[in-house]
Parts: sequence; structure tokens; C-alpha cells
Amino acid sequence: MKINDLEQLESEDITTLPSTERRTFLKMGLAVTGMYLSGTVLSLTTAGRVNAANVVPESGEYPYNPHYSMVMREHLCIDCERCKEACTKTNHVPSHGFRTTILEKRRSLGGDAYETIFVPVLCNHCNRPPCVRVCPTTATWKDEKTGIVVMEPSRCIGCKTCMAACPYNARYFKEETRAVDKCNFCLDTRLSKGETTTACAEACPADVRVFGNLADPDSRVFQLLHSPGTTVWVLRPETGAMPNVFYINS
Amino acid sequence: MEGNVTITSAPEAIKPAINRLMWLALFMIFIGVAGAVYAQIIGHHHAFANTREMPWGMLIGVYAYFAIISTGLCVLAAFSHVFGGNRMAPVANRMVWLSIMALLGAFTVIGLEIENPWRMPLGVILHPNVTSNIWWMGTLYGMAVGIMLLEFGLILTKRFTAAVIFGVLAAIAESLANSNLGSVFASLSSHPFWYGAQLPIFFLGSAVLSGAAAIVLFTHYSYILQKKEIGEYTFLSLQTAGKIMILMTFLVSVATGWKFANAYSGSEAMVMAADSLTSGPLSTNFWVFEIGIGLALPCLLLVVTRLKSVYVMSTAALMILVGQFFSRFNLVVSGEIVPANYGFVGVPQYFSYSPTVAEYLLVIAGFGVVGFGFLAGEWFLGKVFHHKVFHPHTDIDHH
Repeated sequence: MKINDLEQLESEDITTLPSTERRTFLKMGLAVTGMYLSGTVLSLTTAGRVNAANVVPESGEYPYNPHYSMVMREHLCIDCERCKEACTKTNHVPSHGFRTTILEKRRSLGGDAYETIFVPVLCNHCNRPPCVRVCPTTATWKDEKTGIVVMEPSRCIGCKTCMAACPYNARYFKEETRAVDKCNFCLDTRLSKGETTTACAEACPADVRVFGNLADPDSRVFQLLHSPGTTVWVLRPETGAMPNVFYINS
Repeated sequence: MEGNVTITSAPEAIKPAINRLMWLALFMIFIGVAGAVYAQIIGHHHAFANTREMPWGMLIGVYAYFAIISTGLCVLAAFSHVFGGNRMAPVANRMVWLSIMALLGAFTVIGLEIENPWRMPLGVILHPNVTSNIWWMGTLYGMAVGIMLLEFGLILTKRFTAAVIFGVLAAIAESLANSNLGSVFASLSSHPFWYGAQLPIFFLGSAVLSGAAAIVLFTHYSYILQKKEIGEYTFLSLQTAGKIMILMTFLVSVATGWKFANAYSGSEAMVMAADSLTSGPLSTNFWVFEIGIGLALPCLLLVVTRLKSVYVMSTAALMILVGQFFSRFNLVVSGEIVPANYGFVGVPQYFSYSPTVAEYLLVIAGFGVVGFGFLAGEWFLGKVFHHKVFHPHTDIDHH
């Protein structure tokens, strides 16, 4: 094609486009940009019902009522072990095992200085308990009323899969009953007899362990977990067990 | 001929040898059960090296070892019986028999390992848990052993079409049971080194490898016992099993490689667990037995000798079975060896675990059961294992 012929052709630049077509193009561009932008902004906020984003379930979304849980005010623990003694005595825990114990961690403060933090641990009575899922004979289950993970020793075949499945090392084999034993928030020894708290929580002189019904907005556990500015964490959240033992610093 | 049972006695010449070995196997079962009784009396807590943190040990590995061999034998037998053309049909009957025996060995070990075996039969029926892999594994393996016994009865009475159908059903039950066994470990998110979708497939791959090795080994030993040369058709069967061994040692090696590549790009717990095998307390078990003796050397031996020698194939099969034993042990222990509370004061980098005498005795019982089963098969069923007995495929294939 020669240059003279080219000049004869109709121009294809934007000045010849009708305004409706230009508007349509602009709208499409805005829509694409908007989608990317809103996606980015949304990803910065907590997605509504995704519990993994927040270790404490949203208010009103507790599977049980009473929904028993425990809040550990971690930095108050002095490792006096009165909780362990009370648990052992109340629940006839043999010397070769434990239902609750206290872990110790050290955090460097720079140089030679460090702080020691005591971490009380027990069964987390998870909302998605791995131990319950794996038991071949339903010797362990979530109590339908309270959400407490309970054991029926006479059904336990001693395969110890629940012990392997528990992310919290909360289970042990009790030779005396020939069954796996674990914390049940003193369901049989105290709660069923009208007591309102566990032996370990009652024995704690530093008010570290706070036991109660998370489904009750007036309960202390609810208020501790829902106070403004409080950081709440759980142990091993990555396992997806959704534990009901919460840790706070305040 | 249909309906005629072909149970026979062993030829007189080989009776004394089998007899002696059967007594040895019975003795192994006896001391194993004695060990189990001792463990029950003083408590597993004292008799076994397992702890609260490491509730599973060598016995779980050995159970898985026998169960995986059983699955491999059953699946390969079903393929051979159904399709015939893979040249393994002449040894398929022996595979079915050995699969049953390996599973009985597995049941012996797990039955003696769990604390309250007497609560199990009623417990799994009255209080089943369909979300439990253990429940499915037990149910499916239980079904498989029942189906295989029926299948074997049908083989004995020469009802081959029905036997093939039962063989397929058994192979399906075994495969599902085996992958449930994989999932017993693979579904535990609390143990990141076990957790993942590929472990059940790894178990099935190991089953095919172990099954191929087991049939080569036991068939060769059978001919040694009989002091007979291996015939052409049987040798071709063993060569096919040899090819499977080459393929599967390669594939299992690749899977093992990726398992570590994956672990080393994972969390600290994953890296520590992988380290326990590559450079930590399990490194000899891993490099020498699982990889060297169990995968690399047998693969090399089989490739270099081009499957020409039955002695080499048998040696490679033995090496593979030794390697698989260590592989199961390594899998169980490495998954638990990193403390969940690592980083807390007084918590070691790795838990220590070395099996006790009682645990070894139970393992001996498991081998005793499989050994006795093999010998009993040679004694009573030797004729059924002969390549000319079975079904039309065999004859069609070789003429």
C-alpha cells in the first residue's frame, strides 16, 4: 500500500469512537480495578465466620450451653503446683500420670537476662477434638450438653491412638482402670455434684485458672476474653482442633 | 473335578526339614506369646519402651509391616488371577495363602500390643466410630482375611470363577484397609511429619514392593525346601515380580526423596523430624537399612543382573523386606520423636526410644506366625501352589 492510499483511509484513533463505547471501556476498567482493590482490602480484615482467624468463637456461636472453657492468665502463674495436687487428689490421678501440668519457658530479655514464664496445660476440650475422631470404639466423646471431652474406661481397648492424636499431650494410660485417662473439667467429681468450678481452678492461689461458661456473657471467662485490648491465644492453633483453653496476659 | 479338595501331605523327602522348621516357628510363637503374657502381667507401661509422649513404637511398625506385605500379596494375586497375562499366575495361589498368613501375623502383633484386646471384638461392633481410621482398618482387614479364606477354599475346590470374584473383593478390601492404615498416621495434624495426603499412597506403593519381594523370597525358599529346580513358568513369574521390585524400589525412592524435600521446606517440627532420619538418632536405620539395603542396593542388583538369577532376586527380595521393616519402624518413630513441647525448659530435642526385650519377643511371635503359615502351606497345600493348578489363564498364557 502506498502512502497516498493510506492517507485516504478513515482514521481509527479515539477521536472517532462514539462516547458510549468509551464509557463502556472505562466502566470495565473500573470494575476490574475495583475487584482487585476490594479483594485486597477485604483480606486485611477478619473474614466473618472463619474461626481460624480468631481463636475465640464469635459471641452467640458456641456449640454448647454451658460451653465450659478455661482462661489461663499466664503471667500470674508461679508454678506452686497446687493445681496439680488438687487435681491428683480430686480425680485419683496415679503418680505415673497427670491430667494437668505446668510447662516452663524462658524468654531472653537481652544479654544474660531472661524471664521465666509458666504455662499451665490440660485437656483443651477442643471443638474439633482429634482424639474423639480417632477412637475406634467411641470410648471418648464430646459430652452433648457441656462440650467436655469425656472417657468411658470400660470401652477403651488401649490402642493409644487418642494419645497420639492429641496435640496437647493431655492423655495418658491409667493402669488402674486399664484405660486412657484425661481431664474432664472435674465433671464427675465436682460439676455433677453442684460445684461450679474445677479443683485446679479453685486451688490456684494466683487466680491463674478461670473456669466457666463461655456461652454466658456475664461469666468471667467471657468477659476476660472479650475485654478490649486483650490478646488471646491458644496452644497449637495450626492443628485445627479449636481448643477451649485460652491464654491471656492481662 | 469341581468340588474335589486337593489338600495333600508333603512329599516324604521334605517332611523332616519342614517339620523341624515348623517346630522352630511354633517355638517362636510360644516365646512371643510368653513375652506378651509377661507384659500383660507387669503392665505394658513397664514392659514396653513406649511412653505418654511416644505411645507407639516398634510393634505398631511391625504390625504395619505385616499388614502391608499382606496387602501387596493380595493385590498382586488378584491382578494375576484376573488378567493372567502378567505371568505371575503360577505363583498367585501361594500369594493368596501368604497374604492370609501375613495378615494373621499382623493381627498377632497388634492383638498382643494393645492393652485390652478382649474389649475389642464387642467394642468395635457395639460402639463403632465411623470417623476412626483404626475402626475402618480393623473392619476392612478383618473382612479381607475372611474373604481370602473363602477364596482359598474356592481355589481348593476348583471353583475358580467364584475364587476370582472373591480375590478381587479381597484386594479391594485390603487396599482400602491399607490406605486407612496410612491415614491412621496421615490424618493426625498433631504430628506434622505424618500428616498429609500422600502417606496412604506411599503405604500402597510399599505394599506392592513388599508383596513382590515376599512372593519371590517365599517361592525360592519353597523350592529350596523341596530341593527342586525352579521350573520355567515359575521362574517367569519370579522375573515379573523382579520387574515389579525394580519399578517399586525406584518409585518408593522417588516418593521418599520428595517427602524429605517437602519436610525441609516445612515447619521447624518437620525439619527436626526429617533431621532425625538424615542426621539424627535414626540416621543409621534410615541410610543403611531403609535406603541402602532396602531400596538402592536391591534395585541396583536386579538391574545389573537383569533378573537372570533366582538367587540374586531372592537376595534382593530379602534385602527389600529388611529395608521395609526398618522403613515402618522409622516412620512410626520419626513421627513422634519431636516433642510437641519442644522449646520449653527441660524438653529434649528428641525423645529417646529403643525397644525392650518384650517388644522384640512379640515381633518374633509375628514372624513365627508368618513362618508357620508358610510352612503349613508347603506341607498341606504344596500341590495347590504348583503352577499347573489353577485356572485356565495359566494354561493359555504358557502355550
